[in-house]
Amino acid sequence: MEKSERKSFKEQNKEFPWWLVIIGLVIIVTLLLIINTPTFNEAFLTMQVGISTTITITLIAYGISLLIGLIVGLGRVSSRVIAKNLATFYIEIIRGIPMLVLIFFTALVVIPGAIRLLSLIGEKFIEIGWTFVGEPLAGVNIRMVSMSFRAIVALSITYGAFSAEIFRAGIQSVHPGQMQAARSQGMSYRQAMSHVILPQAIRNVLPAIGNDFIAMLKDSSLVSVLAVRDVTHLARLYAGGSFRFTEAYSTLAVLYLSMTILLSLVVKYIERRISINGES
Amino acid sequence: MANPNGNHMIEIKNLDKWFGDLHALNNVNLTVQQGKVLVIIGPSGSGKSTLLRCINFLETPTGGEVRFMGNLFAENGKNLNSHRAEIGMVFQSFNLYAHLSVLDNIILALRVVKKVDRKTAKDIAMTQLEKVGIADKANKMPLQISGGQQQRAAIARALAMRPKLMLFDEPTSALDPEMIKEVLDVMMLLVKEGITMVIVTHEMGFARAAADEVIFMDYGRIVERNTPHGLFNNPKSDRTKLFLSQILNNN
Repeated sequence: MEKSERKSFKEQNKEFPWWLVIIGLVIIVTLLLIINTPTFNEAFLTMQVGISTTITITLIAYGISLLIGLIVGLGRVSSRVIAKNLATFYIEIIRGIPMLVLIFFTALVVIPGAIRLLSLIGEKFIEIGWTFVGEPLAGVNIRMVSMSFRAIVALSITYGAFSAEIFRAGIQSVHPGQMQAARSQGMSYRQAMSHVILPQAIRNVLPAIGNDFIAMLKDSSLVSVLAVRDVTHLARLYAGGSFRFTEAYSTLAVLYLSMTILLSLVVKYIERRISINGES
Repeated sequence: MANPNGNHMIEIKNLDKWFGDLHALNNVNLTVQQGKVLVIIGPSGSGKSTLLRCINFLETPTGGEVRFMGNLFAENGKNLNSHRAEIGMVFQSFNLYAHLSVLDNIILALRVVKKVDRKTAKDIAMTQLEKVGIADKANKMPLQISGGQQQRAAIARALAMRPKLMLFDEPTSALDPEMIKEVLDVMMLLVKEGITMVIVTHEMGFARAAADEVIFMDYGRIVERNTPHGLFNNPKSDRTKLFLSQILNNN
């Protein structure tokens, strides 16, 4: 009896999240440095204005990418040849190109190209006399499109492909008998999808969707190459101007670490809630 | 071309189904009269379930035609969903909607397909749950109740749509032995009510008691068709005799 109690105490010790304590210590030490050291303090003050940019870009791009992912994921499992091929084409293109290249390509090739196309269409409208449509269209200029907007588009398109694969896996994880039962009751494919399959599929992939959000928060640092003033860009500016690389990049790393750790704890909490609800 | 008698619930003509190289249904012809109970028996892989699933087009036949109440069934046909709504189906693995309570399982299709308002749908659902004897489980999730209760809930879900025809695809094959009876009892209740049913089953005692007609299938063909008394006591084909003797030896 006593022995088993002691063993369970030992087991409890094994379960204790020491890693989290160490990460917490690292964050606290950095915080103390920021408060007490003028150079760290300066580095942090330079970067902190970028935190809201990082979070805003991530949130908006993530929302759009989920929407893209849901639609493309549905296309991927569709029995329609065109929808299935379009969806697969998009996913394979995105997955085959490095994210950094995709960000350059979207921001500096795709979007300027689309803008040029719009103004050309506008000119054509003016030629046939539809000036009320033509003039605003012909007037669009690439300088009107901010780099933040282009960054959001680039991240959304990239992550749309990733979340499409998550949704596809989620839909395919639902037992085929569920679809058969729904169809046998006279539901259309669309009704069965939205009332029977998707509610179960989304529930199955919620943890994966949460992890994707964390991944996107980290990958949003890549948009600093577009001179979007996120935390990474500001850290690079500070480091370049002051040559205090240690201060700039330690603070930057800890900044990302505290955001992602916080988010991953939230994801774990949600994950546990779901599994408890699923059992009860 | 509705049939002149008007009492043919199902008419199947020259039905063929191929799965790749496998000829699952080979030129099957079959009619089911209104109010009758047809039981399909046969060894596994004989095409019983495929035949059943071709009746409501869960499987699309490769050739031939299926008529329901005189109307031709067709994939992507306008009446596909409205026909299915009139045909209840009960599956071997229950297939209750896993994310919904027993009550919501029954309500869903009433709301979505038949556009019944929520209160009426709930009344219909409770009536059916009482009929199958699990009204007290209305708010449970499917995985919280036993297999027999799940299958009874699935039957209630099908009945709530007021089907003209009920299809049962080995409804007791996935159940523990002690739960088979509770499901068969509910099915017997439906037989007495005069609902038209097509049942694929291995429960020979039930077939004998409930069926108006029994067909024996093998290799995608209907080998023999007779009254239960005729087929079980006086089988004509050697294949049927062999199958029945194997089944009886096992029991």
